[in-house]
Amino acid sequence: MRLTGARMVLEALRREKVELAFGYPGGAVLPLYDQLYDAEVRHIMSRHEQGAVHAADGYSRASGRPGIVFATSGPGATNLVTGIATAYMDSVPMVIFTGQVATPLIGTDAFQEADITGITLPVTKHNYLVKDAHDLPRIIKEAFYIATTGRSGPVLIDLPRDIQAAEAEFHYPQEVNIPGYNPTYQGHPGQITRAAKVLSRARKPVIYAGGGVVYSGAHGELLELAENTGSPVTTTLMGLSGFPGRHRLALGMLGMHGTYWANMAVNEADLILAVGARFDDRVTGKVSRFAPSAKIIHIDIDPAEIGKNVRVDIPIVGDVRLVLAELLKKAAPADTGPWLEQIAEWRRAAPLHYCQEPDGELCPQYVIEKLYEETGGEALITTEVGQHQMWTAQYYRFSRPRSFASSGGLGTMGYGFPASLGMQAARPSELVFCIAGDGSFQMNIQELATAVAYRLPVKVAIINNQYLGMVRQWQQMFYRSRYSSVELQHGPDFVRVAEAYGALGLRVHKPQEVGPALRRAIETDGPVVIDFRVRPEENVFPMVPPGSAINEMIRGESS
Amino acid sequence: MKYVLAVLVENKPGVLARVAGLFSRRGFNIESLAVGRTLDRSLSRMTLEVDADEKTLEQVVKQLNKLINVLKISNLTLEPSVGRELVLIKVCANAASRSEIQQIAETFRAKIVDVSLQSLIIEVTGNEEKIEAITLLLAHYGILEIVRTGKIALLRGSKTTKNGEA
Repeated sequence: MRLTGARMVLEALRREKVELAFGYPGGAVLPLYDQLYDAEVRHIMSRHEQGAVHAADGYSRASGRPGIVFATSGPGATNLVTGIATAYMDSVPMVIFTGQVATPLIGTDAFQEADITGITLPVTKHNYLVKDAHDLPRIIKEAFYIATTGRSGPVLIDLPRDIQAAEAEFHYPQEVNIPGYNPTYQGHPGQITRAAKVLSRARKPVIYAGGGVVYSGAHGELLELAENTGSPVTTTLMGLSGFPGRHRLALGMLGMHGTYWANMAVNEADLILAVGARFDDRVTGKVSRFAPSAKIIHIDIDPAEIGKNVRVDIPIVGDVRLVLAELLKKAAPADTGPWLEQIAEWRRAAPLHYCQEPDGELCPQYVIEKLYEETGGEALITTEVGQHQMWTAQYYRFSRPRSFASSGGLGTMGYGFPASLGMQAARPSELVFCIAGDGSFQMNIQELATAVAYRLPVKVAIINNQYLGMVRQWQQMFYRSRYSSVELQHGPDFVRVAEAYGALGLRVHKPQEVGPALRRAIETDGPVVIDFRVRPEENVFPMVPPGSAINEMIRGESS
Repeated sequence: MKYVLAVLVENKPGVLARVAGLFSRRGFNIESLAVGRTLDRSLSRMTLEVDADEKTLEQVVKQLNKLINVLKISNLTLEPSVGRELVLIKVCANAASRSEIQQIAETFRAKIVDVSLQSLIIEVTGNEEKIEAITLLLAHYGILEIVRTGKIALLRGSKTTKNGEA
C-alpha cells in the first residue's frame, strides 16, 4: 500500500505495538501531528521538549518498552539533547522522531534548521536522517531493533518535512538485516564454568549488581544466585531496584555515598562478581585501589565495558539474565558465614544515621524514611539529582524491579519530575512519588501542567533545603564554605505554584506533620506537591572524597 | 606504539564523521586516516594509524565495533603486511641544486612531477622510514609544502581482510 511518510510512522508504531508517545508539536512535524490527531496511539504533550523526552525515559524504565518521542526541527530537536544524553548514559531504549526542514533546504541555515543527527551523534546508539520515503519503513524497523536489543539505548530518526508528505510503497519488514550489529546474548560456557568454580571457592564474595540486572529482567536469577552461594549483594544507583533492599544479603548501594559496610565489603572481598554494571568512577573511587584483593568476574552485554575501567579476571559477554541462569546451574554453595558476620559487624559499627529531634528542624533523611514506611517500599520512585537522590538511595529500600528511575550516568537535574509522569503513564494504577530537590524541581516545573492536564496523579516530595545542597556540601567540605551561587532562598512558594497549576500543594515544617502529609498526598486523587522544609545544611554521609579509595570514607557526625 | 587498523564500513554519508567523532570524544589519537571504496561499492575501507598503548587500542577496537556502520576491524600491525604512503613534497630548487635533488629522487625511486624555476614537486611512495629519510634530505634544500595521503596497508599473501573472513 502507498502511504505518506507521516502515515508510515504511525503505521509502523502500530506494528511495533506502541501505545503511548510523548512529544511537542511544531512547524516541521505538522504532517506527523496531523496523523496523530486520529491515531490509535495515545500522545502526551509536555510543556517543554525536555519534559517529553524524560517522560518517555521514565515510561521505558517503568515498563521495559521503548520510549517514543516526537519533536519539531531546530529548537524542538535541540531541547531533546539533554534527555537523549540521559537515556544514552543509562542505556534506556528510546525511538525519537524529530522533524527536519525539507530536503532541498538542508544545509542552507533554513528557519528552524539544526543538524540534529550531527548534534546527537555522540549521545545516541545510532541515528538516521531519512532522505527517501522508500527507506522509512526499514529505518523505523531498524531503529526499534537497535534501541531495544543488545545494550539498549536511544535511536533518533530525523524526518524532513517533505519526506513526511511524500508517498511511497509501505512494506514493513519482518526481519532486520544489519551486518554491523550482532549483539551477543549467550555467555561463553567455558567462562561461565570458570566463574562458577571461582564463585564456589570464594570465602569473601560480593556481587556488585548494576542496571543491567533490571533491564534484562534478571532480578529472580540474581536473588537465587545470591541465596544459593551465600553471596552478599551491593548495587549501583541504577541497580537499586534489582535486588530486594530488605533482604538479609542486601548491602545497599556502594560507592561515593554508599553504605560503610558495602564499601568495606568490596574493599576486603576476595571475589567481585560484577553483573550488568560498568565500574563507574562514582562506584570505584580511586580505581587503582578498588577491590585490591579480589578476583573480578564481569558479566555485561557490552564487550566495550569489559576491561574499560578495571582489569577483569573472568570476562563474560552476554545477556545478564541468560548468563546468571547458566551460572546458577554450575555454582555450588560456599561457606560465607564468617564473611557475612564480618559484614554485619561493619554494619553495626557504622549504620546509616541521622538525628531527628522531635521538636527540631526536619531532617531530610527522616522524610525519606517516613516515605519508605508509608509506602511499604512499594511505590514507584523517581528522583532528581543531588543530596535528596543519595538519601533516597540510602533510605528507600526498593522491593521490586523497575520501581526506581533516576539519572545515574549523566546526573541530569530536571529528570525526575517528568520521568515520574512517564512512570505513572506506564503504570496508571500504581503510586508514583518524585523525590525532588528545590533546585532540580524548578528545572522542569512547567510539567505540572502536563500532570494536571493528563490526570497523572504523581506526588512530588520536595526536600527543600533552600540550597543546591550537593554543590553546597562540596563547597563546605572542599572550598572552605565559600558558598558560591548555591542559595535558593527566594522561593518560589511551591504550594502556591502547585495551586496555580491546579494541583494540591502542602507544606511541612515539623517531623510530626510528615506522616499525615504523606498520607493525605497518597489519598488525593491527583497530583500533589509537598514542600518539606528541611534543615538547610545537612550533609550526605558516608562520603568517599574524590580521589580516595572507597574504604576511605568520611562517616560524618550527626549535627 | 603505533598500530595499523583496517576498518571495513558501510559506504554511507556520515560514516566518516561517526568514526572520527568517536576518536575525538574518547580521547584517542589518529595518526593518519585514509578512506576509499572497496571492490564492493557499498563498502569503504578505512586504514587508521593509531598511537596507543595496548589497553587503549582494545578500547578503540571495541568502541569502533559498537558503531552500527562498522562491519569489521582488522589489526594489521602484528601480521605480515605491506604498508605504503604517498607523499608530495614541494622543495626549493634552482639551477644549481636541481640536479642534486634529482639524484636524491632517483635514489629513492621518487618521481619529479612538476618543475618550475624555483621549485620541484617530488612524488614518493614508501613506508615510514623511507618517507622520513627523503624528507630529512630534502629539508636541506628547503621544503615549501608537503602533503601525505596517510598510510594504506594490505596483508601479505593470499589472505584478505574481507568481511566474513578471518
